Amino acid sequence: MEILSTFINGFSLGGIYAMIALGYTMVYGIAKMLNFAHGDIIMVGGYVIYVFMLFSNPILAIAMAVLFCILLGVLIEKIAYKPLRGASPLAVLITAIGVSYLLQSLAQIVFGSANKMVVVYDFGAVKFLGANVQISSLLTLGVAVVVMAALTLFVKYTRLGRAMIAVSEDRGAAQLMGINVNRIITVTFAIGSALAALAGLFYLFKAPSISSTLGAMPGIKAFTAAVIGGIGSIPGAMLGGLLLGIVESVSYKITVIAPYTDAIEFSILILILLVRPTGFLGKKRREKV
Amino acid sequence: MVIRMKFKKIKWKHYINYIVIGIFTAVMGSMSVFGSMNASALYLLEKIAISIILAVSLSLVVGFLGELSLGHAGFMCVGAYLGGKAASLLTPSLGNGILTFLIALLFGAGAAALCGVVIGIPALRLRGDYLAIVTLAFGEIVKSIFQNTSKESFGGAIGLNTPRFDKKYLFIIAFVLVLLTLWIIQNLIRSKHGRAVTAIRDNEIAARATGINVTKYKLVTFTLSAAFAGIAGVLYSYSNYTVQSAKFGYNYSIEILVMVVLGGMGTINGSIIAATLITFLNTKLATVLTGDLAVLQNLFYAVILIAIVIYNNAPALKSFRDRYNLSAFIKKYLKKHDDPSHVKDDAQKWDVVPTKIDMNEVLSVDMVPPEMKDSMGKGGKK
Amino acid sequence: MADYILETKDMGISFGGLKAVQNVNLRIEKNQIYGLIGPNGAGKTTVFNLLTGVYKPTAGTFYLDGEELKGLSQEKINRKGIARTFQNIRLFNNMTVVRNVMVGLHNHPDFKCSLWTSLFRLPRHFRCEKEMRARAKELLRIFDLEEDRNNLACNLPYGKQRKLEIARALATEPKLLLLDEPAAGMNPHETEDLVRTIKTIRERFDMTILLIEHDMKFVSGLCDEITVLNFGTVLAEGETKKALADPEVIRAYIGG
Repeated sequence: MEILSTFINGFSLGGIYAMIALGYTMVYGIAKMLNFAHGDIIMVGGYVIYVFMLFSNPILAIAMAVLFCILLGVLIEKIAYKPLRGASPLAVLITAIGVSYLLQSLAQIVFGSANKMVVVYDFGAVKFLGANVQISSLLTLGVAVVVMAALTLFVKYTRLGRAMIAVSEDRGAAQLMGINVNRIITVTFAIGSALAALAGLFYLFKAPSISSTLGAMPGIKAFTAAVIGGIGSIPGAMLGGLLLGIVESVSYKITVIAPYTDAIEFSILILILLVRPTGFLGKKRREKV
Repeated sequence: MVIRMKFKKIKWKHYINYIVIGIFTAVMGSMSVFGSMNASALYLLEKIAISIILAVSLSLVVGFLGELSLGHAGFMCVGAYLGGKAASLLTPSLGNGILTFLIALLFGAGAAALCGVVIGIPALRLRGDYLAIVTLAFGEIVKSIFQNTSKESFGGAIGLNTPRFDKKYLFIIAFVLVLLTLWIIQNLIRSKHGRAVTAIRDNEIAARATGINVTKYKLVTFTLSAAFAGIAGVLYSYSNYTVQSAKFGYNYSIEILVMVVLGGMGTINGSIIAATLITFLNTKLATVLTGDLAVLQNLFYAVILIAIVIYNNAPALKSFRDRYNLSAFIKKYLKKHDDPSHVKDDAQKWDVVPTKIDMNEVLSVDMVPPEMKDSMGKGGKK
Repeated sequence: MADYILETKDMGISFGGLKAVQNVNLRIEKNQIYGLIGPNGAGKTTVFNLLTGVYKPTAGTFYLDGEELKGLSQEKINRKGIARTFQNIRLFNNMTVVRNVMVGLHNHPDFKCSLWTSLFRLPRHFRCEKEMRARAKELLRIFDLEEDRNNLACNLPYGKQRKLEIARALATEPKLLLLDEPAAGMNPHETEDLVRTIKTIRERFDMTILLIEHDMKFVSGLCDEITVLNFGTVLAEGETKKALADPEVIRAYIGG
């Protein structure tokens, strides 16, 4: 039942990617920027959990991680990105890279370069059709699906959510309609960061060790997932995340291509961008002339 | 007569970086040849030359074409491995001389340029964030491929050993290559072709409507930039004796980007100065900051990067920037009396052209009646 | 067919199910100033976008001087001889005024200079640059922009930016010049100046001009013939005064 456990692994990894990708996709859709530092929020979440696990229980640790990441996300937006609203996208992108770099080096200064071990909670495993399935894997997938569904409903049926759609469609028009664009962007960053904190938590379930570069690779891969699904699309992020998770876990199982897993995932990214830049579920936008 | 004098002035401005680097190379070179340079100083000089080539070639893409490349280290990696391999294959038959070096150089630069074409193709369809992520992906793919090569081919994770060249002379060759890089890249940007590239940066739609072959110029820019990164890679393989793919990750690409941004996007001289400064500081700091402190350096670069980009681009700081602008400041002190009727020569402005892509038109509400906009919106969206 | 500089045959485009523009039959003679007018949302700019290759027509086709240009890329169409300005000005903002015009001269047969020539600074490169600059200055003189030639394009006042955009388009030596709302946002004084400029262009360059405009006084004072669009279809066409007097046109404009 090697195949089954591979797929379940893939799905749970995909769930993590999906959660990160949701953050990417929302920020990209609404603030129209690629938040390079998004992946590093995961790492920060992981470290907060680590710190609180030293003297308290998992529930508090998780709550604090989510809270801290929300604050951090909003703070980053206010300090680094807000002043650049209306500036060239290149400038915003470079700043985001700077923030990512900053978070990584700060974490390394505070926590050192050695990996920290932290076991949040051991749910154990169950036997399912002869395969050993980690309960945490199922939990990851479950939470990801719930989060995606909740976000979809939130965006569709709440005032705030509809305002978000309006801002992503046309920021100027939304502003003229009395929507506080700054507030919407802040909320978006808050939601994205909270999801990143959760992703950090599930990462620790998967591999209970943190380093300052923990978030970099998953961040980029999750962006890949967001692109595959179609930037700006919430179900797309989920779809992309799961696809990527499966590809990754299957690729790791095949000895010949296992070392090239990252390369394969990135090749998929390049291919998708070339063939269908809007991803599977994305909307096509054309530049106005 | 007046025209002649003006002409002379442009020349100075255009050639000052060649002259400074030329004199520097001559002085350092003679010091080295007559035996008063220690190994670490020579190594530092080689590193500075490599950094300058990398920064100037990246500046071509970021500062003049206006696209962000996060895979510059990937191009360098290709150059380093292929150039290094060519050199170690040729050494037994051709000896470890300048001929081997030149062939390795051509090989490395050519391979990197080929990769530049490959990355240039997505650049035709993608822009901005998407293109940046493609270049990043490219860099990681290259790294991953070389990491998993066999021991006999490129050394895999252990790395590839490359021939040793007489260190006394290597940095002189490196600086000659710096001059070559400058010559080619500055020739490009100071020609009609460079103007076309900057036109694409400033407004791609208008550039197309003006008949500029956007495809051609994007490919040319990416290819040229990659070729010089490849040259830097070959130099690196000669300077370092061993090439390890882990070195050429995303972080190294960012380090080069920091040089370009710190120097001021769209200014070649800025990139040269920033590359020199950062490489020098890196080496000096590495001896002071050891262990976990080494990361302070990265923190420093991160803060500098953010601060500079915000300062240079934040719309709210525009009036402040205009008032306390460094180039205006320098001009004011260089020129005794600022005569408004004095006609500056056209070419002078070139080096201080600020780099900004005007996406405002695309992003902001324009001053068209809503109905009009509406019709165009409908036309635009499918 | 070759009597007309521009001829469109049942040209149209639909986006998805929406027919943005249909059955446009323009016939523009050499040296004419031709107006394309219509209420907001009538599809005027879409016609420009079709003629310049931004969009490809989904129906019909168009000929420039007898040559079919349908389906060519924007840059190719420009090289074939259609140049345009944009409704929201699109200059190369961080380049100087003279350089903006020099970009327009890029494909000019007088200034051929290959990439290699430039990369290695062969003598031809210098000659070519010098001549290009001189030609650009000449053009700027006509538009009264010579004094501003070393300023960045983004620092020019609005009226001059419009003029510069026209100068840049003219530098490509088109057979047909498309002006998208050239007088938009201008004060009466600037508009008057613009009318003079456009007339000068026609005379000096023997140019054929197709323009979109809202200002009726501007249109009736300048255009020989016009086509009135409404909801993507042609409402009236012909000599300016007659077409403007058409009751359908008046209804479309005033409503009723």
